Amino acid sequence: MRQGSKVLLVMLVALLALSLVVTGCGQKKEEPKAQTPAPAPAPAEKVIKIGFVGPLTGDVKTFGESTRNGFLLAIEQAGGKVGEYKIVHSIADDRNDVAEAVNVATKLVSQDKVQAIVGSVTSKATIPISEIAQANKVVQISSTATNPKVTFDAGKRKDFIFRACFIDPFQGYVGAKFAIEELKAKTAAVLYDQGNDYTKGLAEVFKTNFEKMGGKVVAYEAYQQQDVDFSAVLTNIAKMNIDVLYLPDYYQKVSLIGKQAREKGIKAPFLGGDGWDSSELDFKTMEGGYFTNHYSPDDPRPEVKAWVETYKAKYGSVPDALATLCYDATKLLLNAIEKAGTNDPTKIKEAMQATKDFKAVSGSLSFDEFGNPIKAAAILQIKDGKQVFITTVNP
Amino acid sequence: MIHFLEQVLNGLQLGFVYALIALGYTMVYGIIKLINFAHGDVFMVGAFLGYFGFTFWGLSLPSAVLLSMTLCAILGITIERIAYRPLRYAPRIAALISALGVSLFLEYFSSLKFVFGPNFRVVSRPITESRWDLFGLEITNIQVLIMVVVILLLVGLQFLVYRTKIGTAMRTVSFDHDAARLMGINVDNVISFTFGIGSALAAAGGVLFAIAYPQIHPFMGIMPGLKAFTAAVLGGIGIIPGAVLGSLIMGQVEILTAAFISSQLRDAIAFAILILVLLIRPSGILGKTGPEKV
Amino acid sequence: MKEIIKNTISNKKLGQTLNFLFIALLFYVLIKFLSASGTLNMYWQRVLDQALITTVGALGLSLIYGFTGQFSLGHAAFFGLGAYTAGFLTKLLGYGGFGHLFMVMILGAAIAALVSMLIGIPILRLRSDYLGIATLGFGIIVKVGMDNSDRLHPILGGATGMTGVAQVATFDLIFVVFVLSILLVRNFITSAYGRACVAIREDEIAADVMGINTTRCKSLAFIIGCALAGLAGTLFAHRYPLLHPTSFDFLKSFDFLLIVVIGGLGSMSGTVAVAICWVFLLEGLRFVLGQDFVDWRGVIYALILIITILLRPQGLFGGKELKLLVPQTTVKNLPGKEGTHASLRS
Repeated sequence: MRQGSKVLLVMLVALLALSLVVTGCGQKKEEPKAQTPAPAPAPAEKVIKIGFVGPLTGDVKTFGESTRNGFLLAIEQAGGKVGEYKIVHSIADDRNDVAEAVNVATKLVSQDKVQAIVGSVTSKATIPISEIAQANKVVQISSTATNPKVTFDAGKRKDFIFRACFIDPFQGYVGAKFAIEELKAKTAAVLYDQGNDYTKGLAEVFKTNFEKMGGKVVAYEAYQQQDVDFSAVLTNIAKMNIDVLYLPDYYQKVSLIGKQAREKGIKAPFLGGDGWDSSELDFKTMEGGYFTNHYSPDDPRPEVKAWVETYKAKYGSVPDALATLCYDATKLLLNAIEKAGTNDPTKIKEAMQATKDFKAVSGSLSFDEFGNPIKAAAILQIKDGKQVFITTVNP
Repeated sequence: MIHFLEQVLNGLQLGFVYALIALGYTMVYGIIKLINFAHGDVFMVGAFLGYFGFTFWGLSLPSAVLLSMTLCAILGITIERIAYRPLRYAPRIAALISALGVSLFLEYFSSLKFVFGPNFRVVSRPITESRWDLFGLEITNIQVLIMVVVILLLVGLQFLVYRTKIGTAMRTVSFDHDAARLMGINVDNVISFTFGIGSALAAAGGVLFAIAYPQIHPFMGIMPGLKAFTAAVLGGIGIIPGAVLGSLIMGQVEILTAAFISSQLRDAIAFAILILVLLIRPSGILGKTGPEKV
Repeated sequence: MKEIIKNTISNKKLGQTLNFLFIALLFYVLIKFLSASGTLNMYWQRVLDQALITTVGALGLSLIYGFTGQFSLGHAAFFGLGAYTAGFLTKLLGYGGFGHLFMVMILGAAIAALVSMLIGIPILRLRSDYLGIATLGFGIIVKVGMDNSDRLHPILGGATGMTGVAQVATFDLIFVVFVLSILLVRNFITSAYGRACVAIREDEIAADVMGINTTRCKSLAFIIGCALAGLAGTLFAHRYPLLHPTSFDFLKSFDFLLIVVIGGLGSMSGTVAVAICWVFLLEGLRFVLGQDFVDWRGVIYALILIITILLRPQGLFGGKELKLLVPQTTVKNLPGKEGTHASLRS
């Protein structure tokens, strides 16, 4: 045994030395690779590779599916080509999980060698992807991740990252302004999902602005994503005599909360954000409620009409906000690729940043310095089981 | 004071809803000592079937509930046959992992497009809601419906377990499989029967849940399932009245915490109480304490 | 601890250890070679890193549940505690080189160990499923704590997660921690304490009668196991750019549990092998299913899980060990069966 272990010890040392040599080589080789991650393909056929990430399994699969529909439709409409480049897309699932999002983004970047990524849906999955995309210099545009940290974190702009949706501050501000000026509200209650950047962000901004404009937020309550019973909080709120109930969450949750609020005798109108925009919203319950949105389906603009009709023809339902935003995100990306006339991500990124007044379904938009779209918000009302356009608010 | 009572009423509703799920959990646990993690998902399937029944297939509420209960009983028996029976004499944890697998399978499979689909569905209630004023307290017919159903189920189950032949067989099997077999009891059938009953209870719970909180989706079973199971443990798992008692406590704790302490901390406080109760009474409130059998 | 180390040296385990280190080094060189030649791209490297981190965490649960029989459903909470501690310190102080990282990792593991000690003393009295539920409850409490952590300190980010932790955990570091964890667990389970733990798993009362200080052994296994989870968490914090409370919720605890069970209770080799295979399986399914069947990933995964446990209810390794990882001891390793209190046929 002793003899054997001595031999082993020698071999260990030898191997250690060898490994140091090998790793040394490896590191040298790795570095230049990181700087040119996306080599242009062979000139025989010009190809641009676009990856799509979304939660295609798991509890928010429904959002992932809408988003994927928007993505695929945009590519189909482009005829699978942009400029002289053929689009090759690869679709990946992040299950709305951090580790999976990181894996899948790395896969798209290093295995599929994409030049651009569309996705993901939630901020939770998009923030990690944005770190990978930025580090590997791949353009990313998220359709619905509203957390400001997606494009800007720790004082640094991630210049390859963009988004197609409003960031929280704008919508919350518009909501608060509408509540004060149009609804003449003096008191408001806010309910938000504390685990969701989108609703938390909107709630915070609404509260700040509403109070700044002279209103008073009398109840500011959080719930968890899985909660179905809001009776405790709503019973408290019902005692407070509020003028407006702000519910910045997705359609399914606000339908549920709205129903219980009415049951508890809260008569105040509901107010919300673009998450309401879905044919699955409980229109009966939310009757009379207002929400801020990117566009209105009965907007006479041709882009909107064409989009709604094509979507209906293809998928048999009215597109929701998620599908629309992803469609816009993909269109924005394709537009930038066409303008850049190359598949070099750095050029695409510059073209993207320079986007001016692009006629998207969700409005005419440009990017601000943080990669957030500047576009007008529409205020819609749920009336007689339909969304009715009320007014537009410009940024 | 009336405000406090209103909150207590809210807690009662939530507690009774938990009880609907917890009863099935505790039945299965009582017989084969298995934490049937798939129970919450059978509950989800039940909610969907009931919803389809009274929304698309034109059934009345009672027949939709019955249909859902029957189909879920079959589902439960099938799950037991396929995923648990082969593991009857394996370490108990193997069946638990199998249950986790079944749970994931039901969730992911039913979120496929051609099954239930991943979207959140709004349930339009098959009964019109009405309220009664009770000394300033408002009670809805849905709350009353749920409470009546739970109490009926509780009484029915107690009768089934303590007054019928199959109930005697169930208690024997839960006490000792081998002895039961020696006494001429068909253990497999008794276990199948228990799963059928447990799953039918979950289905009934699912439909009522969908009426009380009118929205369903394939992952809806996870949290209520977990809370209901916790409630069953709190009351003393395997003991039928314990499941109801635990559920009522759980409901009150959650609602009163959310109403008077902090809506963010409701789960933390609910589970902290659970841990405290377990430390004082290691087998739950109604559980038999005493030295463990060696 | 001293005893464990002494045991290792004196029990002629040195040869075994060197053997193991040799193979580990061989593996390391192979990986380095593959990544230098470009065969192993960044993606597979990441998956491998995830597999190793998961293994370290799962080894902790293997010690707690597989060897000592203490049913824990809150393992991910300790993983999260380690991750949040490390992430917080790195972000607060700024990344200051390897020494800093080392300290942060030790602290992360120490916090997880400390919390596990505080919670373990009362709740380890519970048995079987009741312990499982208590730990599950603790896991949920920790998650609620993380959700509200921004009230404690804004850096922690609360329910929307913490970003901006320096991404400095390289494969080299993760691999070293991986190898050391295996050695630690191996030494523990082959020590007198380890054998006492196995005795407790088999029959706590009998073990007590034999003069084993059961409380002490159970606590020790629980603390070491949770410290390993915390250690894995510190690696996670420096490898993934977002720490989010849902990454450490009870569903993640189930992942650790199923790794340990499918590996085989009381088999460290099983835990290691299955942890690695599990991560690669989840990623591999992407390729098997392709783009058109991506929705089926969860379904297929669930089916694989059910079929595996039906075919091997005692776990893939069924209490056996690879000689390479765990040398044969004088006491034969028992297959992992649960104690009497937990068994169906009592």
